[in-house]
This record gives sequence, structure tokens and C-alpha cells, in this order.
Amino acid sequence: MPNSAYIVLIVLLPLAGFVLLGLFGRKYFRSFAGLIGTGLVLISTGLALWVAYQFFFGTGNTALAFRSHPLIMLKANWLPFSPHLSIDLSAIIDPISVMMIVVVSFISLMVHIFSLGYMKGEERFATYYAFLGLFTFSMLGLVLSGNLFETYIFWELVGCSSFLLIGYYYDRPTAVAAAKKAFIVTRFADLGFLVGILILSFQAKTLDIGSLSVKLLDPGFARASFLGISLVSWGLALVFVGGAGKSAMFPLHIWLPDAMEGPTPVSALIHAATMVVAGVYLVARLFLLYSADPAVLQIVLYVGALSALLAAIIACTQTDIKRVLAYSTMSQIGYMMFALGSYGYTASMFHLFTHAFFKALLFLCAGVIIHQVHSNEMGNMGGLRKTMPLTHDCFLIACLAISGMPPFSGFYSKEEILLAAWHANKLVYGIGLFTSGLTAFYMFRLYFSVFWNKPAEGHPHRLPLVESIPLVILALGALFAGFVPFSRLMSPDGGQEAGSAFSNMAIVPVSVALLGIGIAAYLYRRESNRPERVAAAIRGVYLFAYHKFYIDEVYTFITKKVIFNSIGRPAAWIDRNVVDGLMNGLAAVTAWVSARIKRFQSGKVQDYALYFFLGIAGLAVLFIYIYT
Amino acid sequence: MSASAVVFYILSLVILASALLAVTSRKIFRSAIWLLFSLTGIAGLYFWLQMEFVAAVQIVVYVGGIVVLIIFSIFLTQQSGKDLPAPVRGRAFFSILAACAGFVLTCLMLMRYAFPASAGNREGTAASVGNIGAQLLSTSEHGYVLPFEVISILLLAAMIGCIVIAMKTKPENK
Amino acid sequence: MSQVPLTHILIVSAALFFIGMYGLLTRRNLITMLMSVELLLNSANINFVAFNRYLYPDRLDGVFFSLFIVAIAAAEAAVAIAIIINLYRNFKSIDVEATDEMKF
Repeated sequence: MPNSAYIVLIVLLPLAGFVLLGLFGRKYFRSFAGLIGTGLVLISTGLALWVAYQFFFGTGNTALAFRSHPLIMLKANWLPFSPHLSIDLSAIIDPISVMMIVVVSFISLMVHIFSLGYMKGEERFATYYAFLGLFTFSMLGLVLSGNLFETYIFWELVGCSSFLLIGYYYDRPTAVAAAKKAFIVTRFADLGFLVGILILSFQAKTLDIGSLSVKLLDPGFARASFLGISLVSWGLALVFVGGAGKSAMFPLHIWLPDAMEGPTPVSALIHAATMVVAGVYLVARLFLLYSADPAVLQIVLYVGALSALLAAIIACTQTDIKRVLAYSTMSQIGYMMFALGSYGYTASMFHLFTHAFFKALLFLCAGVIIHQVHSNEMGNMGGLRKTMPLTHDCFLIACLAISGMPPFSGFYSKEEILLAAWHANKLVYGIGLFTSGLTAFYMFRLYFSVFWNKPAEGHPHRLPLVESIPLVILALGALFAGFVPFSRLMSPDGGQEAGSAFSNMAIVPVSVALLGIGIAAYLYRRESNRPERVAAAIRGVYLFAYHKFYIDEVYTFITKKVIFNSIGRPAAWIDRNVVDGLMNGLAAVTAWVSARIKRFQSGKVQDYALYFFLGIAGLAVLFIYIYT
Repeated sequence: MSASAVVFYILSLVILASALLAVTSRKIFRSAIWLLFSLTGIAGLYFWLQMEFVAAVQIVVYVGGIVVLIIFSIFLTQQSGKDLPAPVRGRAFFSILAACAGFVLTCLMLMRYAFPASAGNREGTAASVGNIGAQLLSTSEHGYVLPFEVISILLLAAMIGCIVIAMKTKPENK
Repeated sequence: MSQVPLTHILIVSAALFFIGMYGLLTRRNLITMLMSVELLLNSANINFVAFNRYLYPDRLDGVFFSLFIVAIAAAEAAVAIAIIINLYRNFKSIDVEATDEMKF
């Protein structure tokens, strides 16, 4: 079979799962639906791993050998607008896209297997797997697309699947509201994305990603400008707005904590490991253009740094386990963003890779805990280390990884990021350092509150195999993913980069993290009122952080008072009074005229005789005098 | 102005005045009597035109038959001494207007039309009873035997129709 | 007879016609409406007879027409009376204003 067929199969198998389970799942497959969905994604994952092996380590002409140019595998001319501009369906194979298909399909597989146990007994079991299949298809399509508009199409599909999955429990009003919020916020950001695409493609006269970069970077390219800033910069900035929306960067982050209303495996897949990194992936995909435009890259840098810091502060005060993890995700994506902003392409991608493992692991463990305790609040948990030993071990591994403790995977990726930040911008380095301390603090606050804090007693509760296997596999990933030699495998222009050696700078973040862990242990290991006293001491800051800096309230104010009142109300008034009024007026006039005319039919014979005579007289006059 | 012209104008006056009174009188019986006078005047006009047979038929059928029938129905349906209600205001106005307009229109047309020269010199078949009867029943080109037969059927139909319409329905036996 | 032009007779009959029409449109009583109709028919009769006398003295067509009109008028009057009697039984009045049920 030709190699290109495998690539297409990777993307299309989950789609087949969606169609099959969506149409026939409820009636015919029922509990088999999970196995069907998982089986299809298993094949996809296998193919993805095979492609990755061929790409990075294969030799020979028949294999997809590693080349210095991204390989456009397939190109199907779909919608030609003009000789230059057409929307094609093309697949691009380069280091980051191969890495992404591995990550997406692998994490999706883990979530599929975990859900076999977690979502057992759900009524709409088949629908759940159908939606998961749709999401996997969309995400795989997104990372493989080689045409900017094709990226947009899959971008929207991913948003749609996210909407369906967040609102999976559609009888809960909070879930419905959260799904709406996520969709509207990301849609709003996608407006910027679309305008950016239009600007860039109009400037470069092509939508193809490869030739886009080449054309726009060509020194001979004539630069148009708008309000003093080059149009290409406008386009890149707007595309970044779209990416920021999907990746929950400040100020478009408001949807991510609410998105935790969906089932926990969904949060693991979509809102931790794969969909939210789509924005980072987008910037990385167009990195050749971004790195040539320092001004826009500064925006990326500061937005990422600010989001990382803000999220970490808020996470320190939250009490819902999933909300803490959501803000943690936002913070880590901020890391990836400011890594890109510091020209740390490899570091960012490396962190994306390791983050997928330990964040998915954290969410799946959280799911197990929530099922055990039947509540999301940390106050209802405590002392669980005896009752769930496996979960405890996996959770600990993940926390150590995210805090950047050697030799776990997070250490390596975070080091590279901070190194890149140090070389680019010392302030951002400082923010990153402080944030890693906060990360360690709030993650271990969570760890101690769940597994320690209260007296530990009880018998170990056995997890079903389908739930424990993904946890173990992901824990292994969180442990060993750091040893993948990323810098040898990828770099912005496809060439090989010299691997960065460990510098002595690694000591500083590790010690800051240890300090954070220590403080968390002091406050939360045993049940006491120390946390309350600390909170009372810094009351103002604490309240501000607890209410998420009141950003949601600002948004509500803007939409309700400004938009609804200035646009919504006049529009409604016009609709009711002008449009409806016109229609009603027409009808009223017609009815009035009719009421006047109907009096002719009075029922009286003599009236009719009179009209009769008048008609005859009129006709007589007409024919005798006027027509002769 | 010869005597016959004077006679004609007097007859016309009688006809029109009686007709006017017939349609405007408030008492129904008097209205019927004015109609009677008007019809008699018309018969006189026929006599003046030397159409004696038509005049006789007019008197026998119209005056002697139809007016009597009308007077019967007046007696059958209401008090003949009572006053008739006044006409509806709006309609009376428009009717007068329409009638006057129509009359003026017709007169205009009549004045304008030049009738062929009076063929008073041409003497033809006298309108005697014998001639009328012969032609009524003749089957030649100017014979009217077919309309004659049809009229008899019509009269039969009318008679049956009247009986049916005016019949009292039998009261139901409970 | 030759001193009076045909037009005068026709004007008289036209006047009679419009008097009858006025009566038809204005009178509220069904029987008086019938009387007006008789006036209408008579005016047509006068027309026929006058035309016959003045324009076609050698023929008798006008006479026949007027005879037939008289016969038909008689039949029609009889039927009309029958209808009036029927109406009187149903409405207890012969005011034509009372028979306006087929209105809007």
C-alpha cells in the first residue's frame, strides 16, 4: 500500500467511528460502541506510531525519510477561487505534525480505554464514543492540514466537537451554559483568525502554508501597510487572536474553567492535552513568519507570560479539583506560548509533548477520585492514600512532573523553556520562575488536600482494569517522555539542531519548586487552620484571586450593559415596531378597506338594482359617446 | 296644432301624471288606482294610434286582470288603509338622480337620431282583428304560430308555478 | 297622427320608463314594486306600437310583440304575487327592507 494512504487512514478511521456510532450506535451497538470506537482509534494510533517511526528513524527511499523540507503528501484541489487562490485538501508531514498525530491519537486511545470503565452504564454511551471519534478526527485533520483554510475548517470542527462534549450532560443547565460560553468565546476569537487568514492569503496570493511562508518572507515582496503597521503583521496578530481563543490565553480564557462541566475523560482529552494546544500548534506551524516579525512575537511572549502567571495565582485559591487543573492547563499553555515568543520552538514543542502525558494523567486520576468521593470539592476529600493506592502513585508522579522535579519529564521541558526565556527577556524569565514556584505550590496543595490532610484509613479500592491500565501507561509516559531527544528531531526550519546541554541554571527553578512543595506540605499535610490564617493575612489579594480577578464580571458587564443595551435593544425595537408594525399596518389597512367595501353587499334588492342601472348607464355612455 | 296633437298631449299628461302619483302615493290602495288610470291612459294612446285591438287587449288583460290581481294581493297581505313607510333617504336621492340622468341621456340620443321619413303615406295592412288573427296563426314567413304555442306553454308553466309557490305546506301530525 | 313626430311618443315612453324605474328603486313595498314593473313593461309596449305605426305601417310585427309582452307580463305578475304571498307568510311583512338576510 502506498504510504500516503496510511496517513489518510489515520484521520479517517475515527471519522468512520463517528458516523457508524452516531447513526447506528444507540440502537444496534449499545455497549459494543465503546469497543468499536476504541478499536478504530487503536488502529489509528498504531499507524501514527508507525509513520512516526518511519519519519524519524527510517532510512531508504520507500520510507518517509526525514527531509529538510516538510513533505506535502497529498493535494486534492477542492475549491478553486482563482488561478492562484484555491482551498485544497493537503496533508503536511513534518516533525511537529508527526509528533502531534502521535500525541493526539495516543492520548485519545488512553481516554477511549479509560471511558470504557468510567462511562459504563451511561445511557448515551454510543453517542459519547461517536463524539470522541468526531473530535479525534477533527484534531488529527487540524494538525495534518497543509492549507490555511483547511486548518480553519478543522479548527471549527474541533470547536464543534468540544461544544458537543462539554454539553454532553445536556439536562444540566450549567453544562449547557458552559458549552455555549466555550463556543461563543472561541467563535469570537475565530473571527480574528478568519480575518487574519484572509489578509495573509490575499497578500501572498495563496492559502498553502508552505508557499505562504516562502512568499511572504521573500525579500522582494512588496509590503503594504495599514495604519503604519505592515499588513502581514496585522494578519499574524489576528491569527494569533484566534489561537489565543482556542488556547485559553488571557483575556479569552473565561471558557476553560467552565468547560470542566463535561465528563472528566473529555476534560483530559480536549481541555488538557490536545484541543487547547491548537493555538500553540498554529503559531508553531506559522513560526517562520512569526519569527520574522519581532513585534508580533513580543505580543505572543507577553500574552503567554501573563496568562501563565494569572492562572497560577488563581489556581492557588480554587477548591474544585477540576478547576485547579483547568487553571493549571492555562498556565502551562502560557509557558508554551512564551517559549514560542522567546524563539524557543523546540522547547515549546517538547513541553507540549510532556504536558500531554502528565496533564491527561492528572485529569484521569481526578476522574477516579471524583467517582470515589462523589464530589468535586477538595473539602470533601482527604486521607485517600490508603483507599486508592494506584491513583495516589500516579497522581504523585504527575505532580512531580508538572512541578519540574528531576528526573521526571516536566523537568527537562521546563528547563528548556526557561533557558530560552533567559536568553530572550529577563523579565519573562522572572515571571516563569515565580510561576513554576506557584505551580509546585498549588499542585501539591491539591495533592496533600486529597491524599493527606485527614486521617487515612480504609481498604484499598480496586480499580477496574480498563481504568488502571491507561493510568499506568500515562504514568510511564510522564516518567520517561523527558528522555526523548527532541532537539535532535525538530527545529523550526526542519534541520537538525544541536542539543542543548544542561546548564547550571537548572538549580534555580528546582529549588524554587522545592520551596513551593515545602510550603504546601506545611499548610496542608495535616488538618489545621494554617491555610485560613494565611488567607486572612493576605485578604485582599486572596479575595481577588478567589474571584478569578473578576474578569467574568467584566465580561458580563460589557455584554449586558454595553452590547445588549446599545445593539440588542434598538434592534429588538426596530424589529417589533418597524418591521412588525409595517406588516400589521398593511394588514390593518387591508381589513379597513375590506370593511368599507363589504357594505356594498347589503342584501337589499333595490340597492343591487341601482348598481345595475348605474353600470348600464356607464357602459352606455362609454360606448355611445366615447368610442364612436 | 291639430286636434289629434292636442289629444295626444292630454293623453300623455294623464299617463305620466298618473304614473308619477302611482309611484309616490303613500296609501297603497290609491297607488293601485293611479296605476289603473295610467294603464287606461295608455289604452287611450293606443286608440289614438289606431291600434284598436292592442288597446282592447290592454284594457282586458292589464286593467281588468292584473290590476285586479294586485288589489287582491293588497287585501290578502295587509291593511289597505295604512300608510306606507317613507322611502329610505339616501336611496331616494340617488334614485331620482339616476332616473333623471337616464332620462336626459335617452332624450339626447332620441333627439340626435333621425328616424326615416314618416311613412304616413304608405298604406299597408290595416291592423284589423281579422288580419291579426290570420297572421298570428299562419305558418308562412311572417307567421307567429310558434311564439303563440310557446306562450301557451309559458302560461301553463306560470300557472303551475304560482300554485306551487303559494301552496300552504301541510302541518305535521305529531 | 302625422302631426306628432315619432320622437315625442318615444320621449313619453322614456319618461314612463324612468318613472317606473324610480318607483322600482324607491318603494319599500313589494306590491308597489310590482306596479312599477308594470309601468316599465308598458313603456316598452308603447315603443313597439309606435314604431310599428310610424315606421312599418304595412306590417304587424309590433302588434304581435306587444301582445306577447302583455301575455308575459300577466304571467309574471301572477308569479310575483305568489312569491309575495309566500314571503308574507315567512316574514309577516312585505317590506322589502326586511328581506336582507343575504348580506355581508
